[in-house]
Amino acid sequence: MDFNDTPAEAAFRSEVRAWIDANAPAHLYGALSSSTFGGLNTGDEDPLEASKRWQKKKADAGWACLQWPQEYGGRGASPIERVIWSQEEGVYGKLAGSFIIGQGMCGPTLMEYASDAHKERYLPRLASGEEVWCQLFSEPHGGSDLAGLRTKAEKDGDEWVINGQKIWTSGAHYSDYGILITRTDATVAKHKGLTMFFLDMKSPGIDIRPIKQVNGQSGFNEVYFDDVRIPDHQRLGGVGDGWRVSLTTLMNERLAIGGSIATGYPELEDLVQALPFGEGVAMDDPAVRSRLADWYAKASGLRNTASRAISALSKGETPGPENSIGKLVAGTLMQDLAKFAMDMQGFGAVINDPEVAEGSARFQAMLLRSPAVRIEGGTDQILRNIIAERVLGLPEDLRADKGLPFNEIPTGN
Amino acid sequence: MNFDFSDEEKLIQDQTARYLHDHCSSDVVRGILESDAGYDASLWQGLAELGLMGTAVPEQYGGVNAGSLALCLVAQELGAHLAPVPFASSIYLVCEGLLQYGTEAQKSQWLPQIASGATIGALAAVEQLTELRETDIACSAVARSDGRVRLSGKKLLVADGGLAQLIIVLARSDEGLGLYLVDANQSGVTRQSVATVDPSSDSAALEFDQADAELLGAPGEGWQQLHNLYDRAAVLLSFEQLGGAQSALDMAVGYAKERFAFGRPIGSFQGLKHLIADMYVALKLAESNCYYAAWALATDAPELPLAAATARVSATKAYQLCASDNIQVHGGMGFTWEFDCHLYYRRSNYLALMLGGLSSWENKLVNAIAAQQTNNRAAS
Repeated sequence: MDFNDTPAEAAFRSEVRAWIDANAPAHLYGALSSSTFGGLNTGDEDPLEASKRWQKKKADAGWACLQWPQEYGGRGASPIERVIWSQEEGVYGKLAGSFIIGQGMCGPTLMEYASDAHKERYLPRLASGEEVWCQLFSEPHGGSDLAGLRTKAEKDGDEWVINGQKIWTSGAHYSDYGILITRTDATVAKHKGLTMFFLDMKSPGIDIRPIKQVNGQSGFNEVYFDDVRIPDHQRLGGVGDGWRVSLTTLMNERLAIGGSIATGYPELEDLVQALPFGEGVAMDDPAVRSRLADWYAKASGLRNTASRAISALSKGETPGPENSIGKLVAGTLMQDLAKFAMDMQGFGAVINDPEVAEGSARFQAMLLRSPAVRIEGGTDQILRNIIAERVLGLPEDLRADKGLPFNEIPTGN
Repeated sequence: MNFDFSDEEKLIQDQTARYLHDHCSSDVVRGILESDAGYDASLWQGLAELGLMGTAVPEQYGGVNAGSLALCLVAQELGAHLAPVPFASSIYLVCEGLLQYGTEAQKSQWLPQIASGATIGALAAVEQLTELRETDIACSAVARSDGRVRLSGKKLLVADGGLAQLIIVLARSDEGLGLYLVDANQSGVTRQSVATVDPSSDSAALEFDQADAELLGAPGEGWQQLHNLYDRAAVLLSFEQLGGAQSALDMAVGYAKERFAFGRPIGSFQGLKHLIADMYVALKLAESNCYYAAWALATDAPELPLAAATARVSATKAYQLCASDNIQVHGGMGFTWEFDCHLYYRRSNYLALMLGGLSSWENKLVNAIAAQQTNNRAAS
């Protein structure tokens, strides 16, 4: 067991550090550092343009999508090298937010299921950030029950015709392409009648409507499909094989997101050592100390769990199911500590104007964004079911839709 | 970076697990729980024959020199099997104390005996039935002309104090607090057994009346040394807690699969699934923190106080949660003497208080955060 860099890792780290020092957009450092949770601050610049510029610069120098093969615009780097890169990239890593879904989930799915011509055409531009991708999975009737989705794809010659609606599509409004899961057969059991495609988000018949969230922002969209046509060569995997394809995507989601999950703990630590409280600072107060210790232990448990996953990956092992705990712990942790931080701030904590509020209103931003962390990418309840059933082997719950053809499943409306 | 144990270390863990599986069933634990023995002597002897007491002891002192990481995994198995032996006192505290602070003569005299299991050790610090405070220590150490000391005073709640032949005592001399080695086989030492929530472990009050003793480590440094020993022992004890938590979780999962109610296994109900999933989450967080602390222990890293307190806080909570919710999963049967649930419940709460309770470790954790912040500021 060794937490220090090996000589090779140390050499890689200094190479990375030198390149970042020479090339990172240093003029954005202040703005990026003050970005609050759920929001990207790039000062006077357009956030997407700033993100794309940094991504392209990295790609041109061979620092984009480190884990991807070189032929697709990556670097073929090891998992540990990826971690070193992200440690060194630091605050500039926030500029990668718009690419996470495309590069972390759509890309690996294309690598496994797209034709060689498509891989050659799409992957390098996805890696360089010139083209942004989104993932069209959730629906109003298929959230936690993803396989209950209803968006229809019907074959018409060499094309498929899509009708229906997706929801919670991150970044659909600025995406160039998306991967889309549809129902192609409603007469078989729900998992069996699904088919996956990718499509041009500028296709005729697509209507994208931003969703205004609790925190006032609009990161997600509703996407409507009205006779949208997709050529058959853009199908990923076999007809009826969409569920299996989607599992590839979702498994990569775990790997893409697992390592770098925000908890808000470091911000809380900064607050309690500076905030005047009684005779001293908040960190001297016994009630504060007890909570701080608990939250430190949880945040550090998540960080160390991620290190174990990286260690397993670097030995060619699949990370264990313990990685499914990351988001489950982080969501509630952030929500609890945001409420606590605001409680300590007192009356002024109701202010949500970043210009006026303590610390650019960072805890207010966490408070208003954290409910989504507990829902997106698998609700707390679904994650507990996954841990109970797939990790601990407890028996499945009784399912009213088990074995029924999709069109005979009770819908309640 | 490599965040895993080596194959050699895992091999020692497997051997320990196999031995305990064969020789430390719950009947063995219950045998001690329902007697006044305080520990299982034949199990102790068996562990000694495997060389486990000497896991982290250098070969020149009769150990196998497999290192602290291997010792962590041994601790995990002892915890998993609720082994009723004075391993924590003898090895994590007294053996570590000798390795850290002993003179060559002290190490040569005592380590081979500890490594062979012939000598059981204990650490005596507590004098008030509250949180341990420096100012409460009244045991006195008076220097004799021959360089040895006479030790007098009373210690409450010494884990394995009824069994130990070698006792490390925190006492006050003209130079301040110090740690002292006392051979318990002398007339100046008397012991009285104390009933605790976990009768499968021994506890005793000790009284010293002009007992012959010798200094361990530096005079006046006893408080600092004690806390360093507590930090080191906390890492190892956290692994025992992990092992126990895992066994309690396994027991809960096993029962939830087998037991039927309303025509289906109770583990198919989400109410229980989510309860059990939360046990797993607490355990995994603690496990990862323990791994990090193991590294800090094995490398004497400056992060040790923070890493040890973090492991300790999360392992204490995880074991308490797993042990209490294991009873919950078992329903009424979990509250019977006959089912093993209470063995974990008792041990989890006993271990939670050994080395000081949760709140004292939370306090240490925050102190360590503050110290780290100060260092970071000094460095930048």
